[in-house]
Amino acid sequence: MGFMWLEGWFDMAFGARWNPMYYLGGLGFFYFWVVAVSGFYVYAFFDTGLTEAYDSVDQLTNSQWYLGGVMRSLHRYASDALVVMMVLHMIREFAFDHHRGPRYFSWITGVPMTWLIIAAGVTGYWLVWDQLAQYIAIVSAEWLDWLPIFGEPIARNFMQHESLDDRFFTLLIFLHIALPLILLLVMWIHLQRVAYARWKPARGLSVGTFAMLVVLSFVTPAISHAPADLDRVPQLLNFDWYYLFAYPLIENWGAGTMWMIAFGATFALMALPWLPPRRKLAAATVNLDNCNGCTRCASDCPFSAIMMMPRTDGLPFDKQAVVDADVCVSCGICVGACPTAMPFRRRSDLVPGIDLPGLTAASLRDKIHAASAKISGHDRVLLIGCDHGIKSRKLATANRAAVDLPCAGMLPPSYIDYILSKDLADGVAIVGCRSGECQYRLGPEWSEDRFDGRRDPHLRKRVPRDKLLRLWMAPTQWRAALAGLEAFQAGLGNSPETHATHALDDLADAAAANVRAAETGEVP
Amino acid sequence: MNAPTRYLLQGCVYAGFALMLGYFSQAPNYRPIAEGDAQIKLSFAHGGKPKGGCRDRTAAELSALAANMRKAQLCSRERVDVVVQFELDGKTVFDQSLPPSGLRGDGPSHMYEKFDVPAGRHEVLLRLRNTTRADGWDFQAHRHVALQPGQILAIDFDPGNGGFLLSGTGGGG
Repeated sequence: MGFMWLEGWFDMAFGARWNPMYYLGGLGFFYFWVVAVSGFYVYAFFDTGLTEAYDSVDQLTNSQWYLGGVMRSLHRYASDALVVMMVLHMIREFAFDHHRGPRYFSWITGVPMTWLIIAAGVTGYWLVWDQLAQYIAIVSAEWLDWLPIFGEPIARNFMQHESLDDRFFTLLIFLHIALPLILLLVMWIHLQRVAYARWKPARGLSVGTFAMLVVLSFVTPAISHAPADLDRVPQLLNFDWYYLFAYPLIENWGAGTMWMIAFGATFALMALPWLPPRRKLAAATVNLDNCNGCTRCASDCPFSAIMMMPRTDGLPFDKQAVVDADVCVSCGICVGACPTAMPFRRRSDLVPGIDLPGLTAASLRDKIHAASAKISGHDRVLLIGCDHGIKSRKLATANRAAVDLPCAGMLPPSYIDYILSKDLADGVAIVGCRSGECQYRLGPEWSEDRFDGRRDPHLRKRVPRDKLLRLWMAPTQWRAALAGLEAFQAGLGNSPETHATHALDDLADAAAANVRAAETGEVP
Repeated sequence: MNAPTRYLLQGCVYAGFALMLGYFSQAPNYRPIAEGDAQIKLSFAHGGKPKGGCRDRTAAELSALAANMRKAQLCSRERVDVVVQFELDGKTVFDQSLPPSGLRGDGPSHMYEKFDVPAGRHEVLLRLRNTTRADGWDFQAHRHVALQPGQILAIDFDPGNGGFLLSGTGGGG
């Protein structure tokens, strides 16, 4: 709930398109590239030697403060920002319950990334070979030495200057480059089951956050401590708590305790998707008799659960849709994309090319009829709600009834046409999740695209748009939704004493603009 | 909300984030050791003597071996524990029997410990036993050291160089 309030506030400040809360993963990826590019520059001037390492970094920082120094600071602050984004991203995905069910894959591939990011950052601090590096090197070695897999204690290498040689820095630079490369590979795997992943932030957000890093780099440049001196204990250290938070704990709680905490936390995070497991709903099923291989369902599936494969039934089409039941989240967005999910059918049963066993297209039509039968009077409105959005019971009245779907994106546009042309209601209100908060990621975007004719299947032009209300709102905004609905009903004009209001126009326009902006890049 | 207000709010968010990034990137400071303390590190990797002892090979045994395998002594593979005792200012701060490493117990015993101590003069007494003897010590070192605040006294062990080596004091023993 806290995230929803925060995101609502950020929506006001940034607009849906630039809202950083919708791009936490993408921002992390953006910072990764800032780290990579600035790292290449710093590496060009880095010298892998026992004294040369410190001198080369110090020289880069001071003699080239306007570029090298800024690059070093960007390297530092973008790395720190990456940790912040990683943590926020994990908390948000957990809070929105995006980590269970078939989405476990993205979650568990994200967990090792935390280790890789921290390890890559820590090896970076070693390379400077100042007093902070000395402290990190010794405590890291002491921590590793607790594991019964090393022969001679690694920490002995830091007993005296003579124990170290230049090869130590060669090893470190190798690790500092190899770990981010492995991280990049894991990030690629992390996104394998996410279609249309927001892996890069909107341009305005990228520009804003990069400008912030540059300003921070000029205002507070990253600098070194005094050179490492193995004859002396480092005294007062300017600590980077984003990466080094565990070091004081290792010293105070002991290496063994911290290994147990680290492994315990890792396994607990890995197990979270099954604590408890999500109730598995039946995956979407393909009815080949009605599937012409149009690819719309595969194209719209937010989790790449549908593949187009060669035809197996002899019908004269090239492809057929095949659902991977293990990956399908049962959101029904594929049903909303299917042009054969047409409620007007009379001659044949309503069995579309792809359907959701838990809520078939036919049963959806039945539910709409049942809901329609409950409402009476003027300005009757059918609410098409979403299981994860505003609770429809909060909005229902004598002339408003709701039909809830797993995701608003499940509704084929033809159903709106059907409701209005069959006079099942005087208006239709789609009440779905706020763009960026959709449980299934793309419901609002695809719905808006279908209603506005940018994505198949389109909402037919004959459908009067003033009888369709689109409310993409968080559950916390149910009062605003209620106000919007009342204004919408007043504007339907079936009652002589009702009038359209500006409030309705503003609300509907703002909601639609937010979603449109999310796709086009405009600032609403 | 109009555009200037929105950009102003965005600026506030960026400024707040930058403030958080910049601050926790280098603060609050951390002091790994109490002010005025020094540190003593005691560490070594040293193999104890063979547990079963050694005996000279007979001439017949030697001649039965290939020329490059003719080692004069035949020793048991497993090594004895290395026993170490460290007394600081008359108080025992470390007293352990360190088993040999390796699956067959034929590797060196090793240890790494550090002790934070107040700066100033200290009496250091080190003892080590690396043979099968039941009591007594094979190596001992008794030193008085003066430590500056923040100074590290590294103590290593190398029997080839006289036993305990104290960095900065020039002493073995």
